[in-house]
Amino acid sequence: MIRSEILKDIAPILRDQLVVCNIGIPSQELHAIDDQPTNFYMLGTMGLASSIGLGLALAQPKPVIVIDGDGSVLTNLGTLPTIGNNAPSNYILMIIDNGSYGSTGDQPTYTGMKTDLSGMARAAGCDNVVEVQDVDTGEALQKAIEGGVATVMVVKCDSGNAKMPVISMDPVVIRDRFMKAVAD
Amino acid sequence: MNIDKKIADDLVANDIRFVTTVPCKQLAGVIEEVEQRDDIFHIPSNKEDEGMGLCAGAWMGGKRPAIIMQNTAIGVTINTLATLIQYYRMPLPMIISYRGELREPVACQVEMAVHTKALLAQLNIPTYHFHWQRDVEEFDNILKYTFMCNKPVAILTDANFWGGYGDQ
Repeated sequence: MIRSEILKDIAPILRDQLVVCNIGIPSQELHAIDDQPTNFYMLGTMGLASSIGLGLALAQPKPVIVIDGDGSVLTNLGTLPTIGNNAPSNYILMIIDNGSYGSTGDQPTYTGMKTDLSGMARAAGCDNVVEVQDVDTGEALQKAIEGGVATVMVVKCDSGNAKMPVISMDPVVIRDRFMKAVAD
Repeated sequence: MNIDKKIADDLVANDIRFVTTVPCKQLAGVIEEVEQRDDIFHIPSNKEDEGMGLCAGAWMGGKRPAIIMQNTAIGVTINTLATLIQYYRMPLPMIISYRGELREPVACQVEMAVHTKALLAQLNIPTYHFHWQRDVEEFDNILKYTFMCNKPVAILTDANFWGGYGDQ
């Protein structure tokens, strides 16, 4: 499976949750598959989805699901120790690990070679790290939501992108409707 | 006057409950003060752009944030300031140790100091420079201004403001 197929699969689970979605094609795919006010789409700033989601989870009690990518986590590796030492029970970091920089033309990342993100997350202090195969994402995500402990999921899948339109919504509109959904 | 306490008092008085910090010798006292306050959640960051991400999330979650960092961080965070904090129009007080200014003992710090105000001006970030201890009296107003206009705002605090480096 490629990321867009996983997102289609788990869209019914994500629908009622606060979701912080990674920059580029992942946000475009989620927006096209099932746009919700509870989705915060990143339009820039590669690497910070996990940090934004962590700040959000620490500031309020609703579960927060971060949809991140291997390339983006690699660009902000300092996030893993911060998560490992601070993540509250309502925080789920789902790293879609397809071993490539999808939004820029599928150049390979190091996670498709020798680098193991699950091992890095564990070494950084994340206690609950699960490695999941693409077809099992929905079940693992549901379990993480119900589990009530901070979770890092590393979802192994194939490299590839669906062709989706660029998000034209104004960033302040995305942010404002998201904040209203958070406070609702 | 204890500057560290005054800064922490003003943060609390302005309902700032989420503070992230990247360490700095000049800021050690205020970081310690923030850590000890029960009404502030303090989370150290490994890098300043990561810290700005945390602050963005905390604000969307209903908590007023602030970041404490060095001016070298302006070189690290320009993209984050432009495409996250400014693009989504978010408030962010940045309490910045202005290294490389008067009474600085480390020459390399001057290399970023000479770019700091120019970079902030290029980004249209409102910028205040605390040089004398009494300048801290403006801090409360600056915080109110930041959350009035939903912008990142820089408060540059130099070595003279902090009382120099002692015997260094």
